[in-house]
Amino acid sequence: MLRALVLAAVAAAALACGQPDADAPASRGGDGGAGPALQGKVLISAAASLRDAFSEIALAFEAANAGVDVVLNLASSSLLRAQILEGAPVDVFASADISNMDAVVAAGGVAGEARIFARNALRIAVPKGNPAGVRGLGDFARPELLLGLCAPEVPCGAFARRALARAGVVASVDTYEPDVRALLTRVELGELDAGVTYVTDVIASRGRVEGIEIPEEHNVVAEYPIAVLAGAPNPGAAAAFVAFVLSDAGQAILREHGFAAP
Amino acid sequence: MSTAGLEADFAVRRSERFTLRIRLSVLPGRTVALLGPNGAGKSTVVEAIAGLLPVDAGRIELAGVLLDCPERGVFVPPERRRVGVVFQDLLLFPHLAVIENIAFGPRSRGVGRRAALVRARQWIERLDLGGLEHRRPPELSGGQAQRVALARALAADPLLLLLDEPLAALDITMRTRLRRTLAQHLQQFEGPRLLITHDPTEAFLLADEICIIEAGEITQSGTVEDILLRPRTPYAADLAGCNLLAGNASRGEVAVGTHVLHIADTGIEGPVLLTIRPNAVSVHRTPPEGSPRNCWETTLERLEPLGSRVRLLTGPPLPLAVEVTREATDELGLHQGSRVWVAVKATEIGVQPDDAAARNARKREDQPSL
Amino acid sequence: MTERVSRRRRSAARLPVLLWLPAGLGLTLFLLPFAGLLARTPWRDLPVLLTSDIVTDALRLSLIASLSAAGISLLLGVPLAWLLARAEFPGRSLVRGMVTLPLVLPPVVGGAALLFAFGRRGLVGEPLYEATGLLLPFSTWGVVVATTFVAMPFLVITVEGALRNLDRRYEGAAATLGAGRWTVMRRVTLPMIAPSLVAGTVLTWARALGEFGATITFAGNLQGRTQTLPLAVFVALESDRDAAVAISLVMVVVSLLVLIALRDRWWRPL
Repeated sequence: MLRALVLAAVAAAALACGQPDADAPASRGGDGGAGPALQGKVLISAAASLRDAFSEIALAFEAANAGVDVVLNLASSSLLRAQILEGAPVDVFASADISNMDAVVAAGGVAGEARIFARNALRIAVPKGNPAGVRGLGDFARPELLLGLCAPEVPCGAFARRALARAGVVASVDTYEPDVRALLTRVELGELDAGVTYVTDVIASRGRVEGIEIPEEHNVVAEYPIAVLAGAPNPGAAAAFVAFVLSDAGQAILREHGFAAP
Repeated sequence: MSTAGLEADFAVRRSERFTLRIRLSVLPGRTVALLGPNGAGKSTVVEAIAGLLPVDAGRIELAGVLLDCPERGVFVPPERRRVGVVFQDLLLFPHLAVIENIAFGPRSRGVGRRAALVRARQWIERLDLGGLEHRRPPELSGGQAQRVALARALAADPLLLLLDEPLAALDITMRTRLRRTLAQHLQQFEGPRLLITHDPTEAFLLADEICIIEAGEITQSGTVEDILLRPRTPYAADLAGCNLLAGNASRGEVAVGTHVLHIADTGIEGPVLLTIRPNAVSVHRTPPEGSPRNCWETTLERLEPLGSRVRLLTGPPLPLAVEVTREATDELGLHQGSRVWVAVKATEIGVQPDDAAARNARKREDQPSL
Repeated sequence: MTERVSRRRRSAARLPVLLWLPAGLGLTLFLLPFAGLLARTPWRDLPVLLTSDIVTDALRLSLIASLSAAGISLLLGVPLAWLLARAEFPGRSLVRGMVTLPLVLPPVVGGAALLFAFGRRGLVGEPLYEATGLLLPFSTWGVVVATTFVAMPFLVITVEGALRNLDRRYEGAAATLGAGRWTVMRRVTLPMIAPSLVAGTVLTWARALGEFGATITFAGNLQGRTQTLPLAVFVALESDRDAAVAISLVMVVVSLLVLIALRDRWWRPL
């Protein structure tokens, strides 16, 4: 009950602050920054599915802020959460789902508020040519196919389970991969006939895998929150980075990679 | 012509500069010693005859069966040769108990486990190894281990017994004690026996015939007497450098046959072996001055010129090989049959304890073992 | 004068004090993580955690896979070690290098390589799948293959070393006693390298037990079929810390039991 309340509160706050507008924090690092020059390393823990988008964002941010070195730590959101809770010196946390961010917030690990910066939906990934002729979530019940999901402890996995439940499918899964990139690699290699990944992953594969749409009524929308962490070693640069992600420039990059607007 | 013994006439090329060329034959019931310095090629001979090393030319034949003949393309692997080897390092299997070591040969040849153990027990009895059946080789003393190695070789029922420096690893007291055992068992083995050694005493005491090997060649072969009297190489001459006598010691006196010698060590008692270098014996025409304690009159039985020196063999009461300069023989007018006085200082006589049975094994009770 | 001499002699027999410091530091490096693990162990919930499906499934799979890996390594590794130690053939150093490679490669790379060879679209895997429907990834056999791949080199290296150091004259002696080649190997060579064989097998087993990268890359992760203890820990770490600690504890205890059972005697050949 308490958890739901917190979730609702955060969601409400996130929605309210969701629009990138002039209410930006002090250092407007998004377009060059008017404050003192930003320096040093800034460590971003970001969900695996943000790999390509954030790589580009990092480059753009570094280009705009010469003294800053962006270090990306990409892994499943749950692993990142565990690292942060154990005291890892991270500046910014960009999670693939709200529950992982909640856990960090609940532990007092976030400075200020977490904000939703992108949305993602699930899509079925199949190898090029779709050799098994997969058409939808229903095929995930076929035992003769080799099917993979993300591990349920990982956001992608949790969402996939929810989607399958909504579609009323009892899946015959052969492997639960530790993160979405691992799952995607297997599909790409043809070792799996299908897997449930994010839309962004299918797009990021640039044709190496094909995507099968999941109808809206079954699909799960993942909301990606981002926040500066309380123990951030470089809070100035951290805040600037978050601002950049929320800015038009950052959002444009995210859109390019298939993320939906927050 | 095939006999039941060993006929070997082969060459092995060990390296660019070293080729071994051997010709020897051993009749059943006879012991031949292959005597030579280290590096002469003795181990190579062992390996070749045992089958651990193929020869490059020639042949090896045992009991009428061809073991190795490159020209005819014959090579019998070691496991089928029936050559019993007692190795220099014994090479007892450390992970097997004594009785299993001894039973190894029979078992490898297909004898059932129980029967093999029975056979092993017989050899344990014969070699006085009772009580040691279940010990492991590292727990055995030098002498015990050597007997186990011998039993192991014999239990495999070989056609030839090959002993590679059998007593080399033992200390001197052990060695003298074991020489007796070894001599006994050699005699009991009916096949041919080849003994490899660098120790002349061992060769002289255990063998019927000696082949001297130097730098890969046999330089001389014959009886002990042949070697000692007519050494053909410096090494042989060196070997012959010692008279070897057996006697009974008591309070500084040793009775050798009917003669009595005085020795320096008054403490030693019982059967002893005496060594006298031929050039430690002085020869005189008249009884020597100062009457040394070991001094007696004898006849010269033989003279052999040896370069600048001459080798003499004296007759009773105590035959000795004596070496003098050519000048001395000329000066003294020595020739076969001359009556001379010989003298030996007590301090020049080497003494070591011995066992009476070793003397018996040599079958030469009246003559000194030479 | 004698006082000083005897004192010096005594201290020379003991370890120099200077050695204790780095040795102690090294020991601490090993002990601290275990202390950390023990500190985090949820002792009250332990019985429940340890009897849960996830743990029992993972334990069963880990034991099956590691023991199979050890067994296969013995069957294939001893002959391979023999070849490397005794046979002369061109390219022997290359073969030895390749056998040692899994020791050096990151396990994930090994897993990927296995995938390229035995996966459904792999070099060997594809024709095999087409012909027989047999597939290694996502199966327990895949776990066995992955763990054997990374662990077998330990056995091969240990046994090859032992064979090289063996005094071959014993084999010669056995031959003169009438033992054929097979008998020599069975009754002389193998028994004489037995300590190394045992030590090598245990090392192999231990390595197989702890294998993660190659397993998860090649065989995948599915409870009951491919999720071994290390995989279970990895997955649990993110969601259920207590379970992760409990599983880790199981691994530590199982490994310690075996390694301690070996005792000094068997560690000597290593």
